[in-house]
Amino acid sequence: MISSLTAENLVCVRGEKRVFEGLSFRVTAGQALAVEGANGAGKTSLLRMIAGFLAPAAGRLIVHGAEGESDDAEERGKSIGWLGHQDGLKPQLTVIEQLQFYAHLYGKAADLTLLEQVGLARQSDLPCRYLSAGQRRRLALARLLAGARPLWLLDEPFAALDTAGQALVGQLMARHCGAGGMIVAATHDPLGLANESLKL
Amino acid sequence: MSPFATLLARDIRLAARSGGSAALALSFFALVATLVPLGVGADLHLLARVAGGILWVAAVLAALLSLDRLFQGDFEDGSLDVIALSPLPLELTALAKIMAHWLSTGLPLTLLSPLLALLFNLPASATLILFVSLLVGTPAVSAVGAIGAALTLSLKRGGLILPLIILPLLAPAVIFGAGAVSLALDQLAPQNALGMLAAFAFAAVLLSPFAAAASVRLNLGG
Repeated sequence: MISSLTAENLVCVRGEKRVFEGLSFRVTAGQALAVEGANGAGKTSLLRMIAGFLAPAAGRLIVHGAEGESDDAEERGKSIGWLGHQDGLKPQLTVIEQLQFYAHLYGKAADLTLLEQVGLARQSDLPCRYLSAGQRRRLALARLLAGARPLWLLDEPFAALDTAGQALVGQLMARHCGAGGMIVAATHDPLGLANESLKL
Repeated sequence: MSPFATLLARDIRLAARSGGSAALALSFFALVATLVPLGVGADLHLLARVAGGILWVAAVLAALLSLDRLFQGDFEDGSLDVIALSPLPLELTALAKIMAHWLSTGLPLTLLSPLLALLFNLPASATLILFVSLLVGTPAVSAVGAIGAALTLSLKRGGLILPLIILPLLAPAVIFGAGAVSLALDQLAPQNALGMLAAFAFAAVLLSPFAAAASVRLNLGG
């Protein structure tokens, strides 16, 4: 279990453009960090950097855990639960198959009560192509829960969700932080529970 | 079920439910094999002589039809990000996808080949060698194709560039595969050609997951 994530003087360069530079922050267990900024400010790039998909042009990302600190992207990736712009769902698979796939891929048993938690129990046998955008987002949240990773990286977590869905995301995030998890969320909407915010 | 088996099973399930890729590959293979005898004419000796080359090239082109989607579907819908963060290393992810592609495309093409060999008046002994050569060689098509699919992952029309990248790399498979059939037709021992084909396929399956994974990593950076 990791206890904190520290960014030191991160620099992000995409093509010829310097997206952000000198970015430093720290998130500790139980905290949520809201990353705010205009379109193109580098919110998604920052999340992809933390996930290890994108290497920083300069600076370090350090994870502190029981085994000491590490700036290895691959090691960091093992602690990350990812909710990106896209939901990562296949239209051909049913809701339950989708959840089972990700749970088993992450080496966990599929907990079908997660579908109840996100309000999709009645749709469990429905192929994902019949789900609405909001329902797809809810299933992506169930997938995030199934992975049971301590550091959540959320890109626009409220996108496509109705008011009840947004409240659900808030509850899930509060529960995750309450259990000692960490969240870094790129968002245009207030997170509600964010302890810190970072303006890009 | 292990993460590797989970991904393999999902990709096979997706291929079966999509219906398109395997059926399209089989239909293409069958159509080419049917059209060539119509074009070449009723010279049975000539048909048997060209059968190995034609059926091998047709099998490679048929397998190519679905190769561009090997990683692209997962890349576009965001699944690849989630898979990349799973405990399964990207190299094993690539291997699982290669295996799924072969099981859903290469193997059905191989199983269909004896039937199509009839259209070329191929003797039973040469048909058996054709079958064995495709069985041994088509995994190389999926493996080498995975490298091309990963390289063209973020290109908008990557499917058009993919054949240009991988067809030259597949020349050894076609040469040894078709060569083994020709040798069998001439009642010569095809073991050496089959051995070379097996060695090529083995090397391709062994090495391509590393190349494909490296390319996927580059593309995930965006």
